Amino acid sequence: MALEIRDIHKHFGPVRASDGVTFTVEEGSLHGVLGENGAGKSTLMKILSGFYGADSGEILLDGKTLNLDSPATALESGIGMLHQDPLVFLPLTILDNFALGSPGPYRLDRKEARQELERVSAELGFSFNPSRLAASLTVGERQQLAITRLMWLGAKVLIFDEPTTGISATQRNQLFSTLRHLAEAGLIVMFVSHKLEEVEDLCDSVTVIKQGKVVFGAPMPIAPEVLVEKMFGQIFVEQDRVDAETGDTLVKVSGATLEMGTTHVEDLNLEVASGEVIGLAGLEGSGQRALLRACAGLLNPSTGSLMVGGKDLTKASYRDHLRAGVHYLPAGRLEEGLIQGVSISEHLVLASEDTSFFVDWGTAKQRAEQKIEDYSIKGIPTSNAEALSGGNQQRLLLSMIPDIVKLLLLEHPTRGLDVESAAYVWTRLLERRSDGTSIIFGSADLDELLRYSDRIIVFFAGSVFAIRNAVDLDGEELGYLIGGKERV
Amino acid sequence: MESTFNSIVAAAAPLIIAAMGETITEKSGVINLSLEGSIRLSAMTAFAVSFWVGHALVGFVAAAVVGALIATIIAYSSIGLKLNQIAVGFVLTLLAIDLASFLGDSFVGERGPRVPPLPIPVLSDIPFVGKVLFDQNLVVYASFVAIGATWWFFYRTRPGLNLQGIGERPEAAFARGISVNKLRFWYTVLGGAMVGIAGAAYSLDVKLGWRETLTLNLGWIALAMVIFGGWHPLRVAAGAYLFGALQVLAFQLQDVFPGVAQVLPVAPFPLMILALALVYSDWFKTLGDRFPKLRNILGSEAPAGLGTVFERE
Amino acid sequence: MKISRTTSATVIAVLAAIGVGILLLIAVGAPPFEALSLLIEGSFGSASKMSATLLAWSPLVLAAAGLVVTFAAGLWNIGVEGQVIMGAIAASWVARSVPGPPAVVIPLTILAGAIGGLVWALLAGVLKTRFHVHEIFGGLGLDFVAAGLATYLVIGPWARAGQASTSGTDIFREEAWMPEVEAFGVGWPIIPIILGLVSVAIVWTLLRGTLFGLKLKAVGSNAYSSYLRGIPTNSYILGAMAIGGAFAGVAGTVQATAFHHKLVPAISGGYGFLAILVVLLAGFGAAAIAPISLFFVAISVGSTQLDLRLGLDSAFGGVLQGIIVLFVLFASAYAVKRPSGSLTPQKEP
Repeated sequence: MALEIRDIHKHFGPVRASDGVTFTVEEGSLHGVLGENGAGKSTLMKILSGFYGADSGEILLDGKTLNLDSPATALESGIGMLHQDPLVFLPLTILDNFALGSPGPYRLDRKEARQELERVSAELGFSFNPSRLAASLTVGERQQLAITRLMWLGAKVLIFDEPTTGISATQRNQLFSTLRHLAEAGLIVMFVSHKLEEVEDLCDSVTVIKQGKVVFGAPMPIAPEVLVEKMFGQIFVEQDRVDAETGDTLVKVSGATLEMGTTHVEDLNLEVASGEVIGLAGLEGSGQRALLRACAGLLNPSTGSLMVGGKDLTKASYRDHLRAGVHYLPAGRLEEGLIQGVSISEHLVLASEDTSFFVDWGTAKQRAEQKIEDYSIKGIPTSNAEALSGGNQQRLLLSMIPDIVKLLLLEHPTRGLDVESAAYVWTRLLERRSDGTSIIFGSADLDELLRYSDRIIVFFAGSVFAIRNAVDLDGEELGYLIGGKERV
Repeated sequence: MESTFNSIVAAAAPLIIAAMGETITEKSGVINLSLEGSIRLSAMTAFAVSFWVGHALVGFVAAAVVGALIATIIAYSSIGLKLNQIAVGFVLTLLAIDLASFLGDSFVGERGPRVPPLPIPVLSDIPFVGKVLFDQNLVVYASFVAIGATWWFFYRTRPGLNLQGIGERPEAAFARGISVNKLRFWYTVLGGAMVGIAGAAYSLDVKLGWRETLTLNLGWIALAMVIFGGWHPLRVAAGAYLFGALQVLAFQLQDVFPGVAQVLPVAPFPLMILALALVYSDWFKTLGDRFPKLRNILGSEAPAGLGTVFERE
Repeated sequence: MKISRTTSATVIAVLAAIGVGILLLIAVGAPPFEALSLLIEGSFGSASKMSATLLAWSPLVLAAAGLVVTFAAGLWNIGVEGQVIMGAIAASWVARSVPGPPAVVIPLTILAGAIGGLVWALLAGVLKTRFHVHEIFGGLGLDFVAAGLATYLVIGPWARAGQASTSGTDIFREEAWMPEVEAFGVGWPIIPIILGLVSVAIVWTLLRGTLFGLKLKAVGSNAYSSYLRGIPTNSYILGAMAIGGAFAGVAGTVQATAFHHKLVPAISGGYGFLAILVVLLAGFGAAAIAPISLFFVAISVGSTQLDLRLGLDSAFGGVLQGIIVLFVLFASAYAVKRPSGSLTPQKEP
């Protein structure tokens, strides 16, 4: 009973998320799916589990073509998906979460459901208190509940999407033994991850996806260098960066603990000099976002301290950080950075230091025209934020950075931008260094990290895995580090 | 004493039915703000139709249809057209109220059919309880059934559990294969039909006849009751009976405290505000974590998906 | 001149709504075109009728102006009815207790009305920002409390000498009546008209020409982004409610001192809720509320003629208004969609 994926295509507008994906997974195997962010793994898994419909292509299980037009039909065909943070109904009990959506008679026999829950979870080695609320479960326990449920419903294929993000080491080991157990029982387990060591440890075979295509597939073991190269491609970076003068320590983080949702970063220590550019590497949920938000003032460290420019901002509010000269550019350009329905002129008025009650629209328009020219924004003063393309939105956000900034925090500064816009963004950012501005940015683009950072901090599973000078790194080694391995 | 309690139970019946209907609707995540208008229009329709035909039952059917129709407009606008539920519900309230006045003119002051009393043999002879609960009419018995059926449906059946999931976290329900939007639509219509029946109960049973101020504020009170009762059928019903008791009490105390009878009808609303403030306060949350039983009895938050639009991708 | 899809859809919607109104009239056996022309005649047919129409226009447009501000901040200020009532109560108190000539009393009633509405609105605002009670439920609850308070005052402490009656308090003394201007043989409510025009001008300027208005608009569109920009979102929400409440309160003053000249239980005349319809129809902008309010009151005032001359219930006016707004809302679904937000407090992202 093999799972065959044949020539799957899916596009979102001009973006080809899946571009002719074809591979086969044998019965009873633990199959890893590797790829960097944006490679298309998520899309493929969503197609498999019925959340998206593929544009073309087929999926067969045991030789039969499957109808996967909704999660319901996917479940009926035996394919179940576990999300990174399993979707549970928080105010309902564990038992109710287990039973919700399951087929059966009109009348819900909770006693019977309870017995089933106990039976299946015992088989898997889990235990639950059925009357507790689901809100009391940890992420690892929610995963266990989801697995229990899917097994109960007769899943033959289980897809795990980055399951080890946000769970403890003990829970991870438990999860792995569960997965092995399931594969031995004849299920197909697909394990989507970016963590090389886990894939090496766990999987029987692996498929690497890059830019929507399958670039590699083979049974394990495979040398890690090969996997890294397939995932990230060859990266040649000309070191044409000019090292800027760096000054005194501007940012000092000592022994900080940061808690943000399921991400938990402990004992963080970092010093950043003024004029320095620090790149944060690591995939989603590893801790970079937590660090950026802590520096911005949106997240207070629960222990330890944070100093910026000599001021203790450990317990400070977001506005205090703003006043201390910290400027934060969030990843969601339109959701968090800009405001829909507000024009370029209006955004610039909001960003300016003007506090006069009446707005002088004449001056505002001139200012907007000036910035539009300065930053080559394709738009007119009255264009609303949502009408601008991604690149132009980023240019607008850049133009809104105050003249005097001590610390610039950027989440994904060039995500979704074309090469030209990305280069422009960095030219403007680097200009600031000569004023003593420090830049800390997070990015999934290895090329960007290597090209522009003075130092790179790699986050892995909630802690700082490595701090290196960018000149000492190359693409391959950085890929290793992101995957949680040191290159030997 | 007995007759007082008997009147409380009888007077509360329409409110119970309306509140149960709205509880179902809101449990699925849709808010039907048009209750006040729906009830008035369906009350008028019930009276008009049954007056014309000569039989009360037909009036009830017509009222249910009217309530369902209004709910359909809300359901379609918010689910199909992705319009704001509040805006549509609000406009429909005013529209239905005025429509009821306008079309109901020719029926003001008329006498029409009424629901006949129907004491249940044997049961109604039980001392006290029998007189209060079983010496009533079909409408009141229907209100008892509504409470029981809604409770049983929510907490003892599969579809009811799914309903809770739809309102609480539509994406999760969808991931489990539940057709969120389709079910939301039909539950809203069902709730609307029940609201319609409640309106009929007013004009054909409790207050009899039609005039503009007939169902004064019943719809708004039903909305308040659903919130005050934490979206749980039994607690909502308890709130409704409490309100009924307050009303009867105010009437009886009218001579002693003249202002009270006028002011008491306002009471559900500050109570609703208090309930909301309480349930969402941090203080209550920590208390509820320490004493889960207390949390179960006293309050619960709204279905987290209430008022939101669910889109598949 | 290019007609946008929105405009053409709106026009079709209004025409369709009038069409439905005509059908409705036919259904009850009334002569449709005579009824419609009575509407016009009843509101503009004579100098005294026009005066009455303008007097009704004033509170509606005042309340609508306040709502434009609260909608700009992203709020559903359903408490507007209660704010009108509290403004009327405050104005009535001044009218009854503060001595002096009109030049002193009238401005005080206006000020009192503004304060009464402002305080009531702030109450709903604080319930939202501090206690997480959504402004719809808080506002609705406070509407009823205000109505209850008005009723209580009318039959209790402020009851008419002799018999307490729900028909209202004693009539205010003449100095507390808003003065009128004589022209064409009829008195014109000059102060309410001015108040109405000024309110539109203030709100229009506030939202278009001030930093406060810009920040308010930002908060209403995306509270989180605004917060990241350093805008204190809670303060702006409260500020918007205060301004909205103040305007609604002045509407209450007009109702008390210019129209009824006393306090009655139904002092708001439903203008609060009707103003919501006006603002929905105006696309939440200040520009159109004046003409739309005039259109609506013309229908309301004119429909009293339907009762007098054709024996039709004057609620027909409300029906017509409701159908128009409903159809325009549907039409807007083909143009711009306004997202539905959750009614429960959401966790921080």
